[in-house]
Amino acid sequence: MSSEEQTSKATEGVRTPITRRSFLKTAGVAGLAVGAMGGLGSVVAACGSDSEEDGGGTADAGAGRAIKVGFVSPLTGPLAAFGETDQWLVEQWQAAVKDGVMCGDGLVHPIEIIIKDSQSDSNRAATVAGDLVTNDGIDIMMVASTPDTVSPVADQAEALQVPCVSNDCPWQPYFFGRGGDPAVGFTWTYHAFWGLEDVTAVFTGMWDQLKTNKKIGAMWPNDADGLGWADPKTGQPPMLKAAGYTVVDGGRFQDGTEDYTPQISKFKSADCDILSGVFIPPDFVNFWKQSYQQGFKPVAATVGKALLFPAEMEAIGDIGYGLTTECWWSPWHPFTSSLSGQTCQELADAWTTGAGKEWNQTLLHYAVFEIVVDSLKRATDVEDKQTILDAIKATDMNTIQGHITWSAGAPLNPVPNVCRTVLVGGMWTKGTDYPFEMLLVDTAHAKEAPFDVTIPTNGKVEPIQY
Amino acid sequence: MTWANVAIQGILLGGLYALFATGLALVFGVMRMVNLAHGDLGILAAFVALFIVQSFGLPLLWASVVTIIVMFLVGYVLQRGLLNHTLGADDTRPIVVTFGLSIIIQNGLIMWFSADSQGLDAGTIENISVKVSDQLSIGWFPLIVFLAAVAVIGALEFFLARFKLGRAFRATSDDREAAELMGINNKHIYALAMAIALAIVAVAGVLLAIRTTFDPTQGSFRLIYAFEAVIMGGMGSMWGTLLGGIVLGVSQTIGTQAFGAGWGLVVGHLVFLTVLAVRPSGFFAKTVTA
Repeated sequence: MSSEEQTSKATEGVRTPITRRSFLKTAGVAGLAVGAMGGLGSVVAACGSDSEEDGGGTADAGAGRAIKVGFVSPLTGPLAAFGETDQWLVEQWQAAVKDGVMCGDGLVHPIEIIIKDSQSDSNRAATVAGDLVTNDGIDIMMVASTPDTVSPVADQAEALQVPCVSNDCPWQPYFFGRGGDPAVGFTWTYHAFWGLEDVTAVFTGMWDQLKTNKKIGAMWPNDADGLGWADPKTGQPPMLKAAGYTVVDGGRFQDGTEDYTPQISKFKSADCDILSGVFIPPDFVNFWKQSYQQGFKPVAATVGKALLFPAEMEAIGDIGYGLTTECWWSPWHPFTSSLSGQTCQELADAWTTGAGKEWNQTLLHYAVFEIVVDSLKRATDVEDKQTILDAIKATDMNTIQGHITWSAGAPLNPVPNVCRTVLVGGMWTKGTDYPFEMLLVDTAHAKEAPFDVTIPTNGKVEPIQY
Repeated sequence: MTWANVAIQGILLGGLYALFATGLALVFGVMRMVNLAHGDLGILAAFVALFIVQSFGLPLLWASVVTIIVMFLVGYVLQRGLLNHTLGADDTRPIVVTFGLSIIIQNGLIMWFSADSQGLDAGTIENISVKVSDQLSIGWFPLIVFLAAVAVIGALEFFLARFKLGRAFRATSDDREAAELMGINNKHIYALAMAIALAIVAVAGVLLAIRTTFDPTQGSFRLIYAFEAVIMGGMGSMWGTLLGGIVLGVSQTIGTQAFGAGWGLVVGHLVFLTVLAVRPSGFFAKTVTA
């Protein structure tokens, strides 16, 4: 008897049972999507049937049914840089639980991870999330990578009543962007990441180390991120003002704008020493080259989203040195994996060895599965989603992303369902092994309450050299 | 002075739009075919140049020349081997086929090159400018792009007006049956038109790749500006396409300066719609659709 048939039998009545045909169909689609990304056709392959026997053999406890975990990731499309490490992470996760997990019900359950491609499209993300629940019959949902991926998937999980764990999306867009009410919160969805208050603290922390006139030329686009950052009440402008900075707003420009002369002229005539904002990568490059051409030379340029990954920096080229951005995770963060005991450095090294690429911040997605496994270990009845949810809700653990709990109250949990995690400031410099390497230049914010994490800096903020 | 600066940057930007639009205009003019994969073919050219630079270590200038030749051949084979078979009574067939081609190119590029942003590095020329006054600077690179557009369009107009083959293009465009009766091989002419169109879009793609970063999904985004430039300029007129591109570029930059950041692209589209309403055939329409 195949494992998918067992699954459907065990979960009858909770949702539509999986027919052989629909399972094959969705598995095929997922396989195709994954396969298309580079021949890794069988990432989806269940460790189910293999480890079922292992599980039974290694422990005295009986073997439980396979638990299915869904993971939605932008493997292709404009956000693919965010999903770059995800398939590799799935391999790491499967290796970590290859003998199954002893769940709270006393049985060793094999874990099956099904990854689906959002194609960087929020509608598509919602569709595949619905598929994972209704066709694959997943027990838990995982998602990461920007509001465009996280929000629609979390909304689906909430509507279909499946527990969902996520990170890598600032918490304000995650919570307020989905219409969250701080008094009520959400039922099925839990999230761990930093917020705009953290990114503002980190940005100003870096600027405070430089001699500037505290005037910021701000470029916030007319998209989900830009509107969240620019929000006059919950966004950055009031926070920057409180920190003693003057904001010269460039206005809500459209993504894909080709010419920024009007904004650059405005910043030049207002004598801005700092450029800040959030861009998609090609727009930032356009803006930055035109700044050179037009003679706008700020002391610091600190930008969200466009400067996160080494591949993007290499595409920007020499004018990318000295630019600063937020850093959510690095090999130097003092955290360890609860699954493998690896330190951040060891995880980064494993990625570099395995994928042949420089470390990048999306390795932080690793933590969502840590939370899932930890919760399963405490869930006394895996057939009952409410019990799994209660276990997630009661999480209090250390992950590769730091300490995560949803029951500490503010300021660590500013709203229900959200746990803030550390954020530091990074600067791109000429590296020895790679053209661009990120150094941590401001970690003071991580040391403050409620994080209390000491992360050593390994560089110093410097004015941009022209 | 700020306004003059903004207008000048808009004119230079118009050169880039026109470069992307010229091939589209040529293909439409000669064979009445709407090529929805045009933008993606430009991005494909950028990746070809990137591949040549990375694999063979050729300097960018030579890599660009090779890219233009490669795209010329791709265009000929594509038209002769595939698109010619879609031409005929039904205008929608080439649209559907080129739409499919657009999807295939995008996903093919993602498979080979991943979705990472890429860049072509032309050195300091990208960042330096001529400073006229404090408020007025003209970047060398935007200027080069504009001059390239003028040169390419001038050469194409000259070719169409003076060369025997150019006249064959126009003859086929005006009346394909009559041209065939005069001994012109339409299939060959169409393939050559597509080859030239792709050679031009290769220039545009490489210049775009130097200007900013690019990734496999950007092609279709380019298409809308190209269409607007062609339609404003008037079908079949290459100088019209350049003017259309300039009008679009200037409307966008002036729109931003006058009404604020969110308005740039909107004003561009509004100007386009106004032109369409007032002069549906464009500034210099030459071809008349039978």
